[in-house]
Amino acid sequence: MKGDLVMIKSIRFNKKMTVNIVLILFVVVLFILPLIIQPTADFSGADSIAQDLISEVNAQYEPWFKPLWSPPSTEIESAIFAIQAAVGSGVLFFVLGYLVGKNKSITNDKEVEKKYSE
Amino acid sequence: MKGDRSKNMKNYSYSKKMFVRIIATIVIMLVLIPKEVYGMHIMEGFLPPVWSFVWGVASLPFVIIGLISIQRKTKTNPRIKLLLGMVGAFAFVLSAVKIPSVNGSSSHPTGVGLGTILFGPASMSVLGLIVLMFQAILLAHGGLTTLGANTFSMAIAGPFVAFLVYKIVIKMRGKSWLAVFLASSLGNLFTYIVTAIQLGIAHPDPNGGVLLSIEKFMSVFAITQIPLAISEGILTVVVFNFIQQYSKSELEELNVIIKSE
Repeated sequence: MKGDLVMIKSIRFNKKMTVNIVLILFVVVLFILPLIIQPTADFSGADSIAQDLISEVNAQYEPWFKPLWSPPSTEIESAIFAIQAAVGSGVLFFVLGYLVGKNKSITNDKEVEKKYSE
Repeated sequence: MKGDRSKNMKNYSYSKKMFVRIIATIVIMLVLIPKEVYGMHIMEGFLPPVWSFVWGVASLPFVIIGLISIQRKTKTNPRIKLLLGMVGAFAFVLSAVKIPSVNGSSSHPTGVGLGTILFGPASMSVLGLIVLMFQAILLAHGGLTTLGANTFSMAIAGPFVAFLVYKIVIKMRGKSWLAVFLASSLGNLFTYIVTAIQLGIAHPDPNGGVLLSIEKFMSVFAITQIPLAISEGILTVVVFNFIQQYSKSELEELNVIIKSE
């Protein structure tokens, strides 16, 4: 009986995991696909295209304010973006890990309780 | 006590699987960080002073309401602080990740959909503002003079649409994953629609006026953004699935899912 329960649990777990992995793979495909079908494109940001469009539509417009500080090179800029992503994913996965651990300890407690009450 | 040993063994393989899963996710997140970086918010100085002011004033009440709402929610239930930090972190990661799009351009997700679903749109206006300020000050991405406009599009308009879509799909008894997917991807799309409108109003076309200008800006963002919106929707579903599985009690307290027992 207990073995059955474990079986069911692991099957459900695997199914959810598979779904998530397939979803993530799909995102990766969405990421790679443009690079394959547009081999010559420079993948510049939509905002720099918008910036060009501003100067086209409104030719005499001059930006009236410059950034107080901008990264001295694209390498430094990449580094700061990477730090942003790293800090974000660090916190994200810390909390996810915490939730998994907490959840497990709760289910363990419940199982132990059940065992002793029987 | 001896009997627990086999259970520990079982838990060990269970956590090992989990570990592999988390590592896989991190690797994929790292892969998603491209080498060339560009922005997508309205650049510093590219909105005339009048419009900088208007959008700043328009955003302010939402941010204040958001602060009050966060304060109230964390006061009645301090346990959700952790989740709040997590949804902020999610927006932080996603808005750092520039993704190439089918039309040979690139842009990034906003990541505000998840927080909107869990904490409501008002809370997200505060978290979105924090992300935008980081990028404006340290990355010259977006800007301080355009902070109001960018906050309005990414942290207010997007989340409100996401929230509305989520509520409608749930009300129509749609599956929760579908509601999360549609909410976050449509929220992302709407952010860029608002950005195009903001640029169009501030820079009307000399021949066709505001409408033609909006149309032009819309065409810059629209095609780029559709595949990205789908990516954002999927990533939000993945994280939502995870939270739903491991943090049921918090979600019930936030009234995201209805108590089943």
